[in-house]
Amino acid sequence: MSNQNRTIYGGKVNREKPINFVFNGKSYIGYQGDTLASALLANDVHLIGRSFKYHRARGILTAGSEEPNAIVQLGLGARTEPNIRATEIELYEGLEASSQNCWPSVNFDIGAMNNFLSRIFPAGFYYKTFKWPPSMWLFYEHFIRKAAGLGQSPTAKNPDRYEQKFYYTDITIVGGGISGLLAALGAGRSGCKVLLIDENPELGGYLLDYNFSINEKDGKKWLKKIIEELNGLANVTILKRTTAMGYYDYNYLTALEKVTNHHVEFSSTLPRERYWRIRSKKVILAQGAFERPLVFADNDRPGIMMASAGQKYLSRYGVLPGKSVVLFTNNDHAYLTAFEFVEKGAKVTVVDTRDLLNARISEKCKSLNITVYKSYSVIKTYGDKKVNRIEIQQVDKNQNQLTGEVENIHTDCVLMSGGWNPAVQLFSQSRGKLKYDLKINTFVPDKIIENQKIIGSNNGQFNLQENLNESFEAGIAAANELNFNSVEKVNWTGKEEIEFTHSDVEPYMLGKKKVTKGSKHFIDFQNDVTAADIFLAQREGYISVEHTKRYTTTGMGTDQGKTSNVNALALMSHIHNKPVDEIGHTTFRPPYAPQTIGAIAGRSVDKLFDPERKTSMHEWHVENKAVFEDVGQWKRPYYFPQNKEDIHQAVKRECLAVRNSLGILDASTLGKIDLQGPDAAKFLNMIYTNAWSKLEIGSCRYGLMCNEHGMIFDDGVTSRLGENHYHMTTTTGGAARVMSWLEEFLQTEWLDMKVFCTSVTEQWAVLSISGPNSREFLKDLTNIDLSKENFPFMKFKEGEVCGVKARIFRISFTGELSYEVNVPARYGRYVWEKFMEYGKKYNITPYGTETMHVLRAEKGFIIVGQDTDGSVTPSDMNMDWIVSKKKEDFLGKRSFTRPDTVRPDRKKFVGLLVNNKKTILPEGSHIVEKALKQPPMKMLGHVTSSYYSPTLGYPIALAMLKDGVSKMGEQVVVPLMNGKIIEATVTDTIFYDKEGKRNNE
Amino acid sequence: MFIINCPYCGERDQTEFTCHGEAHIARPDNPSEISDEEWGRYLFFRENPKGTHFERWTHDHGCRRWFNVMRDTVTDQIIKTYKMGEAKPEISNE
Repeated sequence: MSNQNRTIYGGKVNREKPINFVFNGKSYIGYQGDTLASALLANDVHLIGRSFKYHRARGILTAGSEEPNAIVQLGLGARTEPNIRATEIELYEGLEASSQNCWPSVNFDIGAMNNFLSRIFPAGFYYKTFKWPPSMWLFYEHFIRKAAGLGQSPTAKNPDRYEQKFYYTDITIVGGGISGLLAALGAGRSGCKVLLIDENPELGGYLLDYNFSINEKDGKKWLKKIIEELNGLANVTILKRTTAMGYYDYNYLTALEKVTNHHVEFSSTLPRERYWRIRSKKVILAQGAFERPLVFADNDRPGIMMASAGQKYLSRYGVLPGKSVVLFTNNDHAYLTAFEFVEKGAKVTVVDTRDLLNARISEKCKSLNITVYKSYSVIKTYGDKKVNRIEIQQVDKNQNQLTGEVENIHTDCVLMSGGWNPAVQLFSQSRGKLKYDLKINTFVPDKIIENQKIIGSNNGQFNLQENLNESFEAGIAAANELNFNSVEKVNWTGKEEIEFTHSDVEPYMLGKKKVTKGSKHFIDFQNDVTAADIFLAQREGYISVEHTKRYTTTGMGTDQGKTSNVNALALMSHIHNKPVDEIGHTTFRPPYAPQTIGAIAGRSVDKLFDPERKTSMHEWHVENKAVFEDVGQWKRPYYFPQNKEDIHQAVKRECLAVRNSLGILDASTLGKIDLQGPDAAKFLNMIYTNAWSKLEIGSCRYGLMCNEHGMIFDDGVTSRLGENHYHMTTTTGGAARVMSWLEEFLQTEWLDMKVFCTSVTEQWAVLSISGPNSREFLKDLTNIDLSKENFPFMKFKEGEVCGVKARIFRISFTGELSYEVNVPARYGRYVWEKFMEYGKKYNITPYGTETMHVLRAEKGFIIVGQDTDGSVTPSDMNMDWIVSKKKEDFLGKRSFTRPDTVRPDRKKFVGLLVNNKKTILPEGSHIVEKALKQPPMKMLGHVTSSYYSPTLGYPIALAMLKDGVSKMGEQVVVPLMNGKIIEATVTDTIFYDKEGKRNNE
Repeated sequence: MFIINCPYCGERDQTEFTCHGEAHIARPDNPSEISDEEWGRYLFFRENPKGTHFERWTHDHGCRRWFNVMRDTVTDQIIKTYKMGEAKPEISNE
């Protein structure tokens, strides 16, 4: 039998359009317009999943985004999504969903034994049990993660596309219920640009489910006309199926639009979801309210749901979730649902916590044959996978005691209503302050911080008449405040048969002073937090509301406690005998509801995740099988393996080629800054530690930059091109940082200095040729006289190379005779190819960054950021030679004499040679005074660079060593991770060509 | 996420900017003559007020200019933005 719980008529589903879907492997039929939840209820499926901790049977509690229980695994394969609320899933043909957190099946779940063992799983169980020993936590965590958790994340890559949209508007209205619609109408008629966001597929909110009248006529038709008018306004944009997720400073909102989630076929043209980033001059919050559950023993069984949810299933979907229904309420408003159920053929019994009942309601109950138990409470429920019986007992509220006989009611559906809580999540995210309202016993908005209005039941106002006119006027006023013309006000007369006016908060099962063993009074359904857990947290001293939340995990599920928060606070207030105001509330943070990471990432995935920077020779490197390394955003050749060489073989070959003949490196990524202006030399004097005033035109000089703490932060060669013109180079990774550093001082300290800085990194391709044959090689390709006399080391010349205008810098990072040939970037590949062709006779060898590192380490040249780490001074690097003694001032100078920087035992830069001539010390290894069996050992320093040197035939290392300079020739020990202890000798940092003859050739 | 009124470009989204901490900390003219303590104050000591704060920002993804921002650290309201070299605004006691 299919759709056995569907009413004969009524509801807004399209009964002409049946839809096939599968839940837990079984096929069902629903109708167009159903949600997965309504279709399951229609088919008498109440058991949806198992709870988080105790694996208790759980059904459908609500009919909206606040749902804590009915969360399912939706879809299959790469598109599967965990933790999706069945109450929000629009049914589509072929939908497949399954229960979560159960094994082997939702009907027979092994984990349910946790329910019977619950005495050993109280709040804080994990903290207490798995705390010791600390080293075991990673081991425990593996199993805990497996046992807990909800759905399964997909293992394959998501094939869907997600888009982002940046949007600017005058007014954003969140919530498409009656308040939001009328505010949109007021603002829309005024002519301003309005964005209306609603999370449902249909506008109208609460009024879609309840009967009301406008000007004494059926309200539904009026509502339709309002929506029609809004749809016709060109300045009003309506986003349905869109949830406002975050509310940040200056009215910046994020919202997630489900574009094709509800489609049968996934679209090739439309994204699955669209993530909106919205900036608006004004925001109007009209999100409405959530109905509050009541807390009683075993209040979590399938078949127990919110009264408003029952109302919605019945009126919107034509589903009668039970035939013998109990309404458990503490307010008048929920009686509307009792009447609706009777009208659709159910037998209804009401259990009301109050002793006085409005005469009109009393009479109507009598006429509809509804039994009302006044001043009663539900004290326990029964039923294995669905509620089948409840116990009720009279409450003496003054004594807070249960009195009289326990009575039994057989039932198949319990509707509960504990009043309504305004959905203040977004308001709180916008830093609005809440106050506690004693009439409806919940938190309502108080003080607004942003340029914002909050209206309707979201503002704690539940009177329809008031809401109609106030909301419309709020829209007009908002437009007015943005200087749009006023439009005429309208007076509507709206009426509901019964309105929500006030309710108590039932903090804890009525009439009981302490928790009864065995039965569970759930506060937070999703995280399985019971009243007993809240009691325990208070007993154990977690009495701040933030502590209670974290200790018990109440409000920490994917539902963020939309149904549980106020009850938890009320219970704390009850325990401490303090007003709820004084208990306070926890902080609401984005996102408002779970959202896919894919939507946040948008198109910024794969290749578009981060820009890739490539030199003009990049494609040549690719064609020649370079292995690449990421240096910041740059792709640099790491090494160029030939045949089946591994990295060691390739690097060895490349190194020897440079030392013996000719190597070529793509150095285009080097940071390059063009400095011009009459004060350029003066500026360089302040930026670098050495002196620049006397640098001649056509000369190059190496420089170190320090920050004001005296610590090295970049280095490079700067050349004087003209009277007021310099070409500065920086490290590849430091280019942007140095540029900003220069600008900072020019713009904030030395505003009178006349210097312009221009980044030219990408304007020049740099071909660095190095090796004893480089002069012989280059001389045939350029019109520049390369003779030693005409073009010595550390000089710069302009001319032509391979017919292309070029700048050549005679500088060396390898210790060999070298020329850095700079050509306009667009000629980079052309000149590179010419070089490769002409260089054949010298066995020209392209080399990558690894060879570059080895060669410079053989020469003891530092790499800023590898050998230095932001805590070393030039003196620490034995580079006092580059620090001017004469200059009065430069950045960092004053800090060189701070007590800490002149400490005699600072670490100094040294070389290390392992005694066994074999072991390549891992970079980062600790150098200790004495190797012990286990830490702690007294540390003396660490290895910063370490390689096998093909030139020398044994490993070399650079290190920072305490008082290292005075330790030359001494022995140190380096314990490795594998337990081996390596002995090494402290040496000078220059391992090869100490006199520097080779680059001076 | 703030909207910041760059004195050169006008109102732009915060993502285009970087904050660089407290403003109006002039580099001493005579570093070599001042004590370690005074130098230390320039290097390390910063205000952390609850209320009006003066800070330096750059419009990195825009004009790349540095400028000053007067911001209330409680409400995050930006009271004023002004160019480098302009006088520090008075704090009103409203």
